[in-house]
Amino acid sequence: MPENNFLVVEDSPTMRQLITFALKRIPGSRVVEANDGIDALKKLSTQKFDVILTDINMPIMDGLKLVSMVRNDPVLKAIPIVIITTEGAEEDRKRGLALGANAYIAKPIQTADLLNVVNQILQNKA
Amino acid sequence: MEKEIGSLNKKVEEFLHIFKKGEEFTQELLRENEKLRYRVAQLEEMTKTSGREGNLIRDSLEERIASLEEENKSLLERYRQVEEENKDFASRYIEVEAENNNLANLYVASYQLHSTLDFNESLKIILEIVMNLIGAEEFSIMMLDERTNELSIVAQEGMGPEIHDPIKIGEGIIGEVVRAGEAYYREGDPTDLKGVDYAHPLVSIPLKIKEHVIGAIVIYKLLIQKTQFSNVDFELFSMLAGHAATALFSSKLYSQSERKLSTIQSFLDLLKEKQ
Repeated sequence: MPENNFLVVEDSPTMRQLITFALKRIPGSRVVEANDGIDALKKLSTQKFDVILTDINMPIMDGLKLVSMVRNDPVLKAIPIVIITTEGAEEDRKRGLALGANAYIAKPIQTADLLNVVNQILQNKA
Repeated sequence: MEKEIGSLNKKVEEFLHIFKKGEEFTQELLRENEKLRYRVAQLEEMTKTSGREGNLIRDSLEERIASLEEENKSLLERYRQVEEENKDFASRYIEVEAENNNLANLYVASYQLHSTLDFNESLKIILEIVMNLIGAEEFSIMMLDERTNELSIVAQEGMGPEIHDPIKIGEGIIGEVVRAGEAYYREGDPTDLKGVDYAHPLVSIPLKIKEHVIGAIVIYKLLIQKTQFSNVDFELFSMLAGHAATALFSSKLYSQSERKLSTIQSFLDLLKEKQ
């Protein structure tokens, strides 16, 4: 069974736990949690991930900055990124995707939608 | 004369010979006729027998066809039943999946609510749940001061910096929710807002420990992408009514007891020093 490594970047412990709960339903999943963008970059420098799932509004470093930094990093730039945020306006979605995110999910999340998006990304990667 | 007699004898002999040949031929014809009649009889018998066998085979085949048709009908019926069952299972699976997801939301929310004894952290967790799991944009948590019977905002999201006056118990929608201990859901489309009116919330949930109301969660506006409340939202409201109240009450008590303990400890230290 292939191992799928996910990095969940969220400042809210409630959302982190909920997203981790959902991702654990994908066979072979391993989930690592980060509190903000800086914490995520630290984990990205030491571990390999198949998908990054990030919130936008976070302290220290927000999700959009993280997306931009990952996309400009020659080693990390190919990792698919899913933005999960309360910012549900169309212009926010366009902004996130323009920065290089692969998918944009507005909160409150539906587990089925999240799993569909992540499974699609994993299929495209394979 | 003798010559004539000799010629006649010769003719008689020839005639007898021809007659004999004719007799033999006739005999042969009769034998052949007999053989043919026997053969005809044989063939007639065979036809009769094969006709009976043919009938038997036809009957047996017809029976087999009827039985196969019956079997086919029963298989089609079973197939239809299995298809129905399959549809039923598929819809049950979707229901169970949705239920599973709802339970995950409720589990996470209640797990987080009881994960701390810090009052401010409890407030933060309630804000997170209301914002991320329900999808509210403007909302507040109000606590009841039992000495003044007034409700004041202790935490809020999206409502700006302005100060909101306390609400007396029984006053307006929010005061009435706290007095009666019954949740309020505004009728109609929750996205149909003509500006946020803090006196007319979308939802107001009393925070109750058994029948004792200690405050309320009040939602004024939903996130742009949240167009309606789902079943799990109502489950979450119901869960928050009890669990958020317990979490806030116990964390408040804990903070107070911590403060009292620290004061008592200071007194004891002071007494020890004096002795």
